[in-house]
Amino acid sequence: MARTLSPRRRLLTTIAAWSVALLIFFPVLWMLITSFKTEASAVASPPELFSASWTLENYAEVWARSDYPRFFWNSVVISIGSTLLGLAVAIPAAWSMAFVPTKRTKDLLMWMLSTKMMPAVAVMIPLYLVFQRIGLFDTKTGLVLALMLMNLPIIVWMLYTYFREIPGEILEAARMDGASLWNEIVYVLTPMAIPGIASTLLLNVILAWNEAFWTITLTTTKAAPLSAFIASFSAPQGLFYAKLSAASTMAIAPILILGWFSQKQLVRGLTFGAVK
Amino acid sequence: MSTQSTRLAARLMVAPSVILLFIWMIVPLAMTLYFSFRLYRLLSPDRTGWVGFNNFVWFLKSPDFWLAIWNTLALVGGVLIITVVLGTLVALLIDQPVKGQGVLRILVIAPFFVMPPVAASIWENLFMHPQNGLFAAVARGLGAQPILFLEQYPMPSVIGIVAWEWLPFATLILLTALQSLSSEQLEAAEMDGASAFSRFRYIILPHLTRAITAVILIQTIFLLGIFGEIYTTTQGGPGSASTTLPYMIFKQAIVAKDIGRAAAGGIIAVILANIVAVFLMRGLGKNLDA
Amino acid sequence: MTLTTRALLGATAAVCLSSWAMADTITVATVNNGDMVRMQGLMDDFKAKHPDIDVQWVTLEENVLRQNVTTDIATGGGQYDVLTIGTYEVPIWGKQGWLVSLNDLPESYDVNDLLPAIRGGLTVDGNLFAAPFYGESSMVMYRKDLMEAAGLTMPEAPTWADIEKAAAAMTDKSKEQYGICLRGKAGWGENMAFLTAMSNSYGARWFDENWKPQFDQPEWKATLDAYLNLMNNYGPPGASNNGFNENLTLFQQGKCGMWIDATVAASFVTGKDSTVADKVGFALAPDNGLGKRGNWLWAWSLAIPTSSKHQEAAKTFIDWATNKDYLALVASKEGWANVPPGTRTSLYENPEYAKVPFAKMTLDSINAADPTHPTVKPVPYVGVQFVAIPEFQGLGTTVGELFSAALAGQKSADDALAEAQAAVTDEMTSAGYIK
Repeated sequence: MARTLSPRRRLLTTIAAWSVALLIFFPVLWMLITSFKTEASAVASPPELFSASWTLENYAEVWARSDYPRFFWNSVVISIGSTLLGLAVAIPAAWSMAFVPTKRTKDLLMWMLSTKMMPAVAVMIPLYLVFQRIGLFDTKTGLVLALMLMNLPIIVWMLYTYFREIPGEILEAARMDGASLWNEIVYVLTPMAIPGIASTLLLNVILAWNEAFWTITLTTTKAAPLSAFIASFSAPQGLFYAKLSAASTMAIAPILILGWFSQKQLVRGLTFGAVK
Repeated sequence: MSTQSTRLAARLMVAPSVILLFIWMIVPLAMTLYFSFRLYRLLSPDRTGWVGFNNFVWFLKSPDFWLAIWNTLALVGGVLIITVVLGTLVALLIDQPVKGQGVLRILVIAPFFVMPPVAASIWENLFMHPQNGLFAAVARGLGAQPILFLEQYPMPSVIGIVAWEWLPFATLILLTALQSLSSEQLEAAEMDGASAFSRFRYIILPHLTRAITAVILIQTIFLLGIFGEIYTTTQGGPGSASTTLPYMIFKQAIVAKDIGRAAAGGIIAVILANIVAVFLMRGLGKNLDA
Repeated sequence: MTLTTRALLGATAAVCLSSWAMADTITVATVNNGDMVRMQGLMDDFKAKHPDIDVQWVTLEENVLRQNVTTDIATGGGQYDVLTIGTYEVPIWGKQGWLVSLNDLPESYDVNDLLPAIRGGLTVDGNLFAAPFYGESSMVMYRKDLMEAAGLTMPEAPTWADIEKAAAAMTDKSKEQYGICLRGKAGWGENMAFLTAMSNSYGARWFDENWKPQFDQPEWKATLDAYLNLMNNYGPPGASNNGFNENLTLFQQGKCGMWIDATVAASFVTGKDSTVADKVGFALAPDNGLGKRGNWLWAWSLAIPTSSKHQEAAKTFIDWATNKDYLALVASKEGWANVPPGTRTSLYENPEYAKVPFAKMTLDSINAADPTHPTVKPVPYVGVQFVAIPEFQGLGTTVGELFSAALAGQKSADDALAEAQAAVTDEMTSAGYIK
């Protein structure tokens, strides 16, 4: 709903919008600033907005103390792998629910969402035992599967709501022209659904990247992602604010950067059926 | 319109999702149900057996139980209210044609990319810490006593942190919805002399209903299970002031290593979640159909 | 078979074994404490001596580590070859048959060199189930400059009355300077470690000889009252969220007059991050004239789970990480003050180490703790600041939450004690200790 504003209102709105945005962003900014301070300056009183002694030593120490690239790579594989696999399973399901709905489609969808309502801690030991027995413990495959299943309901639902916005007439027209089901999906539906699929993909990569319970519980070394990396830096001995900030920055930087670059795509598809 | 074969194809296409999710749900659920009637303590493997409803009774009789239920609902409700209200305002604001709109949006959605344990420890240590936190420094600068957030206001503090994490999600969805609102309609209303408030009330808000529904539904699902932020910041305390149902289960499973009780708590949590879900569906279901 | 052929066969077998061992990778789970992190930095030495063993680290924050390691061992997961566990776990896990006996460590390990109090805590039925990596007790760390300014001197063996007097004299809240910092964060290993140790010096105990909880007794009331009095009047605000690390940070920043906590903290408060490094004095944990001091005993130790598939390699690693050569290695690289303390008699006989300011006080504190007779009256359990039964983690945390609530002012001391008594009685009855 882009509109034009009078110059004065425009200025006021700009100031208001920027203030609010900076306020929301400030904790992240403060963490970033702290990560470049020395430990002593990080807890200085009164706080130093701009430290006199900028330093990279926190990053150097965090880098030296743990195998960051391995954690990073595991995070990449797990979050992207689980999302792609999830899409592969969910796209047909969402398509079918959106275009060939039955009386029970709504219930089915709600049931899917309800599978996410079991608190993770309650099923920790059961799942732990299952993963141990079938050899998925501390494997990337195991985590890809677990996170895929965890986010599958969200993926299906997002795609379903998006697909539903695609007018059925277009499909019928294609069908009249004799397009097969396969052609219908590939040539008609998919291009129209790309924004929805893209934002679903992004949202789920973020959710998977940020998952910090199963990724720690179901791994030891080989498959441990950045959540485990953070768990090795929280609450150590001695002053740790700057080092914690540096480690935190390293853990969230990749996804933050991805998110920033894909912000437009993310917004476009997050309609949840709100667009008429 | 759909022929027999399309319907069959449709079934087949839904099948993998349904089957996978069914296994994913039923196996842990069945095991949890089984454990909930067992004496199963990780550190005392020699003591096992059936205990009937003892584990459930323990949970229901625990002095913290009702507080935990209340806290769980307060957390979900509090975060929902904050994120929906603020999210709508922020979305309206950043939807305006202002300078640097792109950068603005990036700043606003940033918290969503912060891992929950990171978010919690940043807030705890860099902001809410009674001596070294930024809030304490500001309070001292104003000549006031620092507020002891995690000691005196543990639940509001946790709600605040979680709301900060989820605000971008709500904002994003509401922003997407706003963008699909036709500006002619608003301009027409403005011409007719409708006040800003009534434009919001009668045009914008109805348009956002479905988006708000989606925000509430998805966030509720995630918020019902939250315990990581509590674990990092208050450990459910002081005392049990910020203990939620998932955190209570967490304590039984991880601290006391009593898997039987944790399982019973899990079953109770599932029941609670279903009650919440029924209310949600009742209240919001029709919005989803529209 | 002649002796030579037998020897030859043996040699071939050894060669075969060692070539098998080429592929050995062991997974070591450890806490992110300073001494362990330092060990990871010294792995080049291990690799040089044992090129056939690859070591993979799982370094986690203490609580997460304990959670993962316990789940693994109790379900027979077998993910780890070396576990870092404490004095609380070793006797319980040893008894369950979950740990490999370390009685066959090589001669050069010199098991008799281990401090008797530490070794005793890690031994079950004559089997050493874990090798201590570092040992600690607790003691008073105080600011010499502030004491001097207040015109006081700290006795080497203070009483709780001395502590209160010093706390009162050093507190100046307008300057954010608090007389005493103590743990307030709830948890069996956080505030309850401190409070249980403190209660010993007041003659309190967790259980009487029949496992009846004792929180309704006057000794516990006296302990809790004294603790709340100290913390409410002279402690930092928001202390109910302060654990070891929060207090360490405050002390390093110069905001605490005194801090009673782990002896390992000594090297941090005198280390490079500390703003008060040259102003710290040490004293034994306080007593009340009842013959017991309020200090605890703990050793982070390395153990091998029976589920490990690389037990020999794991033993080699443990031997390397905890023998005398390792201490010398750390000393040569990082100085004597950074050597993992509290495990070996020979370290304290070393004249170089005697120059470290906190060496003597650490040893005296460790020697003053007696896990089998922790308090004045007899008890049916082992452990100074804990009760070595599987139920204790849950119990200690429950009671810790109640006491933490009392510190936050949400409960009265009497209510906290009454609720603790009720909760612990319930648990102990259902666990079958109380018939």
